[in-house]
Formats: sequence, C-alpha cells, structure tokens
Amino acid sequence: MTIKQVSVFLENRPGRLAEVLGLLKENKVNIYALYVSDTTQFGILRLIVDQPEAAFAALKENSMTATLTDVIGVSMQDECGALYEIIHTIKEEGVSIEYMYAFAGRKGTNPAALVIRPADMREMIDMLQSKGFKLLSLEEI
Amino acid sequence: MYWNEEIECMSKEQMCELQSKRLVDTVKRVYENVPFYRKKMEEMGVMPEDIRSVEDLHKLPFTTKMDLRDNYPFNTFACPMEDVVRIHASSGTTGKQTVVGYTEQDLEVWAECVARGMTALGVTKKDRVHVSYGYGLFTGGLGAHGGAEYLGATVVPASTGNTSRQVQMLVDFQSTVLCCTPSYALYIADEMQKMGITKDQLNLKFGCFGAEPWTEHMRAEIENKLGLEAHDIYGLSEIMGPGVSMDCTEKTGLHIHADHFIPEIINPETGEVLPEGEEGELVFTCITKQALPLIRYRTKDLSRLTWETCGCGRTLPRMEKVTGRCDDMLIIRGVNVFPSQIESVLLEYGQVEPHYMIYVDRKGLLDTMEVHVEMTEELFSDAVRNIEAHEKKLRQRLESVLGISAAVKLVEPRSIPRSEGKAKRVIDNRKLV
Ligand SMILES: [Zn+2]
Repeated sequence: MTIKQVSVFLENRPGRLAEVLGLLKENKVNIYALYVSDTTQFGILRLIVDQPEAAFAALKENSMTATLTDVIGVSMQDECGALYEIIHTIKEEGVSIEYMYAFAGRKGTNPAALVIRPADMREMIDMLQSKGFKLLSLEEI
Repeated sequence: MYWNEEIECMSKEQMCELQSKRLVDTVKRVYENVPFYRKKMEEMGVMPEDIRSVEDLHKLPFTTKMDLRDNYPFNTFACPMEDVVRIHASSGTTGKQTVVGYTEQDLEVWAECVARGMTALGVTKKDRVHVSYGYGLFTGGLGAHGGAEYLGATVVPASTGNTSRQVQMLVDFQSTVLCCTPSYALYIADEMQKMGITKDQLNLKFGCFGAEPWTEHMRAEIENKLGLEAHDIYGLSEIMGPGVSMDCTEKTGLHIHADHFIPEIINPETGEVLPEGEEGELVFTCITKQALPLIRYRTKDLSRLTWETCGCGRTLPRMEKVTGRCDDMLIIRGVNVFPSQIESVLLEYGQVEPHYMIYVDRKGLLDTMEVHVEMTEELFSDAVRNIEAHEKKLRQRLESVLGISAAVKLVEPRSIPRSEGKAKRVIDNRKLV
C-alpha cells in the first residue's frame, strides 16, 4: 500500500514557494504535509495532498517540473517513543531509507504518520507489515 | 631598435611589391595543393593567373573557421604531412577543434615575428623572459617561448598554475619580461600582495599580454601593480599564433608583420573591403606560410588599420587594439568559447531543444562561467543526488569539450527568456573598462 507524493523542482529564489502554494490553493488542493529538501542551488518540494493527481496536473500546466513518487505512510501513535520504535525496527532489519519525514496528524480523528521513501519499496512494505505496523492509504491520512 | 630594419621600415610601395610577389606564389601553391581552395576558386571563377598583385586580393574567396572544421584535421594543409613538424589546435565552434600545422620554416617565421615585436619594446638577449601562457596545443606558451629564444633571451617556461611559485621565481630569477594573459598578470599581482612581496623586489621591465580582450584601464593597472611597461600582443592560431602583431613603445596600435600577413578590414555583413581607418572585421592572408597558408581568413575580430608611419619609425601597418567580436565567441581565461559548443554538449546529453544561458563574470581577477540549463522531465528526479549527478556529468562534459571549467546550474523550466529570432545566449558581466 503506497501513497502518491507530489515532488516539485524549485530554484532557490525568493517567492518561489509562495507561487507553488498559491497555485495549489487556486486548485483547491489541501496540503497534509510538506517537506523541502534543499541544496545551495535548488530544492525539491515534497507534498502529501488530498488530490495528488489534480495537483500534479495543475503544476504541469503551469510549466513546473513535477513528478509523482510512491511513498509509504506508516501510522504512529502521537506519543513519546512511537517514532523511535519504527526507526529502530527499520535499523535492526537493515532496510534502507532514501528520505523520510513525519507529521502529527489531525486531532482526534487521524493518527500521526511517518512518510518513508525506501530504497526498495517491496522489501520495506513486507518488513513493516510483518512487524505489525499499520500502513496508511491516502484516505486514512 | 629594430630586429629587421629593412622590412620594418620599408616604404609602402616596396611592401606592396613584396606582398604582391608572395601573394601570387601563394595563390598558385594553394590552387595546386589544396583541393578545398581549388574548388572554392573554381566556383568563383578565379584562376591563379587572375591574381597579379595585392590589388587583386579582393577577388579571392574568404576562408572561415567553419571551412577549417569541414576539412578537419589536415585537409587545408598545403604541404606534405612529412614536412609538418608541429601541430597546434584551438576551440572550434562545435565539437571539433581547429587544427593548424607548421613546417620548420613556419616556426622560424613565427619566432622572428615574436622576436621583432619584443625587440620593438627594447627586449634584448640580456633579458630573462618568464612565459606564463599555457604550453601545449594552445599557441600562447610555445609561441612566446620560441620568439624569446630566437631573440637569444633566457626563457623561463613557467606555463600556467601554481601562482605563488611563479611569484617566487620572478623574485629569484629577476626576470625582466613577463608573457601571459592580462588577467593572469593581475592575478600574479594579487598573489604578490598576499605573499607580502612588493614590485620593487621584482625586476620586470616589459610585459607581453594577449590572448584575451583588455582595456587601457587594465594596462594602467598592470603597469602600476607590476612596475613594468605593458604591451599588447595579438595573434590567432589559424594565422600563426601570438605575434601576428604587437604594439611598440608608442602604444598607438599593433604593428602587423605585413611581409607575412596581408591585413584587410571588411564590412562583416557584406564582405566589402573598407577604406583605411574604418572599423570592421580583420581579415588576414598568409603569404609565406608553407603548411597552412590561409587566404582571406575572417578573424571575426573588430579593429581598424592605418599605414601611417609610427612614432617609433616603423612603416609596418598598425591595427587598433581589438575592440570586440562580430560573432558570439567568448574569451574566458584566454580560452575561446562558442555558445554553440555548449549547445552541442546539451544536445548530446539528450536535451532535444536545449534552453540555456551563459553567465560570464570576473570574480576578483579570474573569469568565471556559469551555464544555466532548464530542468526537463528527463532530468528531474525526486532524489537530490540524481539531480546533482546530472549537474556533475554536465559539468564534466562541458569541461572536456571547452577545455575550461564551467559551473552548471539547473533552473526551472521557462525561466530563461525566449526570444523571437536569434536567441540571446550570453550575459557577460565582466566590466572591461
Ligand atoms: Zn611603432
């Protein structure tokens, strides 16, 4: 079970992030999580949104370089040590991660989640499920 | 002081007579030995017999850098390869380099031209000449070297790089002449300051600076910082290399060795020959070269000519310091760079319709080049390291094609302005004042 993440190429210059976010707002796309990975030259904006396909189409239409990437959402309790438990397991099992980020979830309804882009998707999913972690669909976020 | 007074102070009539005789011989020789010229002349309906004096020069076809590329590597040579003793090369407008060749006699003529120019500055066999042009395929190092050695001076073949060691050598050897690019001369001055060495610890008297455009302002700055007389040396490998012309103690233009090279100024648009004193594109015809006697080679350099006798006593025609180019060639750290070379790298890299912009700047004293390339679907990846790997690969390919390093920056799609007609590919922020 995977989630579609929207990745956008951004040059490091003022106002660029606002342009992308403005575009998503116009298209009524709701953002659940956002993570920017940057170098001195450029950044990659990674987004978990309610309508990834619509967001992707809107970005393309506006000549932005974007791509949809599969990532895994792992459910976590919003409590001390929950993140540690997942990461510790991944480490113990020797499965590698390209990048990851976490978000706290919405009060009362949806749980906190850890987003993982693994080096090997199949391996990571099998391992997490065998260890009893719950993987999230987009609807559950 | 003259190296070859008879030639350097010859009357214009005598010079034209000498040029005419040599031109007639050269045209006959290229017609017979170079299929490329034979074809060109036949297409224009010009036969060797039609060329009887320099007055007939305008009847001959032009030669361009593209012609040299089309005949890569040796098909424009007019002598058997066994007589060629040296090869040099310079950047071409696309992938391939421009290759030039020399016979033993060509090398001697080259050495004499440089020796004449240095003598005009006051250099003698008692001088020590420190050569900081690059040695190798580039004509700068070996060209200046050959001339100084021919003159009988002591040559220090320092080549480029390791500037602090170069400064130490200038102090230890007490060299009196420095040959390098003008920007490297300023770089040496900068390094001296860092090392706490003053110009009084050096013994420099003259500088022969060339291979890139520079200004009177830079001349004053170099003279002030290094305590020498800064002179301009001009040349291009297709014609010979550095020393085609050089200025004298008067600093009022560069004397052209007209007994070897016939200069013309043309309108770059129409090809029409312009009267003395008007600005246009410099064109040279080699009339003594054995290996590569190019006919009416278009340099793309803008200048003007005068045949007025110089204050130094020489009658050799003078060209004004080159003021610019009539094509898009850039000279960066003494290396010729064409935007089309960068485009060819991007095309090879699988970019179908490359959008790029070249930014040239002078940071401190060195030229820098940064190529902005628009990000495409194919290059984009969600992983930072993949994008960085593309940047690195592009950087490596550019360096191997251009011969100098260039930074690469991937920018957002459509962020480089589109223009109708000829695209603007270069933003040169170097302040040449
Ligand atoms: Zn003079």
